[in-house]
Amino acid sequence: MSPHLGWNPARDASQLLTYHFMLNALCAGTIVAVMAGVIGWWMVLRRQSFVGHTLAVVGFPGASGAVWLGLSATWGYFGFCVAAATVIAGLPGRPAMGGFSEESSVIGTVQALALASGFLFASLYGGFLNGTTALLFGSFLGVTNGQVWALLAVAVAALGALVAIGRPLLFASVDPYVAEARGVPVRALSFAFVILLGLAAAEASQITGTLLVFALLVMPAAAAQQLTVRLARSLWLSVVIAVLVTWLGLGVAYFSKYPAGFYITTFGFAAYLLAAASRMIAARSGRWGNVMPRTAASLPTAASRP
Amino acid sequence: MSEAMTSSSEALGAAVAVRAEGASVILGGRMLWSAVDLAVPTGSFVAVLGPNGVGKSTLVRALLGSIPLRTGRLTVLGRPPGAASHEIGYLPQRRSFEPGLRVRGIDIVRLGLDGDRWGMPLMGSSRVSRRARAAAERVAEVIELVGASSYARRPIGGLSGGEQQRLLIAQALVRRPRLMLLDEPLDSLDLPNQGAIAALLARISREHQVTVMMVAHDVNPILPYLDRVVYLAGGSAVEGSPREVITGATLSRLYSAAIEVLETSDGRLVVVGEPEAPHHHSARHDGQ
Ligand SMILES: Nc1ncnc2c1ncn2[C@@H]1O[C@H](COP(=O)(O)OP(=O)(O)OP(=O)(O)O)[C@@H](O)[C@H]1O
Ligand SMILES: [Mg+2]
Repeated sequence: MSPHLGWNPARDASQLLTYHFMLNALCAGTIVAVMAGVIGWWMVLRRQSFVGHTLAVVGFPGASGAVWLGLSATWGYFGFCVAAATVIAGLPGRPAMGGFSEESSVIGTVQALALASGFLFASLYGGFLNGTTALLFGSFLGVTNGQVWALLAVAVAALGALVAIGRPLLFASVDPYVAEARGVPVRALSFAFVILLGLAAAEASQITGTLLVFALLVMPAAAAQQLTVRLARSLWLSVVIAVLVTWLGLGVAYFSKYPAGFYITTFGFAAYLLAAASRMIAARSGRWGNVMPRTAASLPTAASRP
Repeated sequence: MSEAMTSSSEALGAAVAVRAEGASVILGGRMLWSAVDLAVPTGSFVAVLGPNGVGKSTLVRALLGSIPLRTGRLTVLGRPPGAASHEIGYLPQRRSFEPGLRVRGIDIVRLGLDGDRWGMPLMGSSRVSRRARAAAERVAEVIELVGASSYARRPIGGLSGGEQQRLLIAQALVRRPRLMLLDEPLDSLDLPNQGAIAALLARISREHQVTVMMVAHDVNPILPYLDRVVYLAGGSAVEGSPREVITGATLSRLYSAAIEVLETSDGRLVVVGEPEAPHHHSARHDGQ
């Protein structure tokens, strides 16, 4: 096969889709991008990026261990990420948010151990150096039909759960004390979210690789939240950016000899830069500048008490 | 010791919104207060006063049901604490949002209305659903009421403390609660704004028979609007009208120390002789 990028986009696209592996890669990439766009949006809102990254890193020994044992890497990712999510979600942390957030030294240690044992499993398997790179930095070659279906099933289940808990989760995320007083199960929601984040990290790892999950989990969400403060709009925008970035990354990687993870990350970064720049320009041009001065006089005053 | 006060408030003939009978709380192995008796009449505007660390916020959280009592009983809107949470508007103490939080004030207020409902609204639902439209109108109405319309659509993390505080009061009001538990809502407001917010709360309390319990540090800006005062000190509490409670005799009894209350010519009350540190009951008193 010698893919060649020409000047005719329709021909290029049809070239792309000729190969079954490429079709599978695009399907898998789209599923993962939608899931990462949504769950990453919540992760950024809840300031839990560090948790997300840790979960992804823990997926690496899971995947390499699974390959060593002759299993599919997919199950290794899901198994380890969800197990780690369960442990992390159960850790005592900020009273209202649940789970850890700032204990960086503990987490750094866990991340290092995860990377080291992942490398050990890969070495035990032997002659796997290419595979190690793929696990760490992503690969879209050889996505099987079974893998696509597994990704789809997990994504549908996770997004369904998220839609069911969306509003109370938002309340618990931005205003935990009032939410708790209102009877919102803040801790349980926080626990559930970390599990969902584990699933999203496991999914994203399979496209971008363990070390580049932020390309899909953080960058689209951060870009979207720069572009608009309207919640529903920025959530949709995050999904759109994640999907576009994934398609572009996979498409370009197909015609190039460099890895997909690199391109996806680069496009994600570009999206973030553009979003940040456009926000700065909007702020400069004074979108918020026309605010009236506020004084006590603007308040309705009550008649004096009897 | 507060029996006389309790019976005097019942003599008003009003139903009681918040009642405490012999209530005590232990936190971190220390008894914060004990033998607290309250009978807050429905529709009254009450200030909870007392020095730092005496347990005012703890009282509010006990009323919400998030801190268990050691002894005694609390009744909130006729139910045990925690059972009436949908009828309570709560504003926790000194809450400020992270500067980078990209959520609009209007969304924060909206969460106060239906944030505890399962599910997730999809974009544009207010265009098709009557319920969503009514909700949006209610949110706009309370924001107008607290005078926050001009900045409610900006990200809340970027607002000043006083602006955030007004939006939080709107959030506590939005569900037309029967009881408002406000923990230092006037914190970070300047003096004219303290008076304006107190006037607003007093008016809502009177017009809609809403009971407002508000923790405050300085009684003077709100004194003209208050119906009653709960004064926490020395490990217990006294409740009554401001003129009954904020007197040298009552406070001296509460603090077990000589306290004087001076009244300035413009009607401000100045408490003289408050002990510096809060009076701590040790765990030895548990058995009582
Ligand atoms: N979870 C807790 N565990 C142990 N001790 C606590 C806890 N929460 C509060 N305390 C202690 O209980 C005491 C009363 O706290 P509280 O917040 O109720 O005081 P407060 O009257 O509201 O004071 P302030 O005027 O400063 O707000 C304080 O000494 C505080 O250190
Ligand atoms: Mg307090």
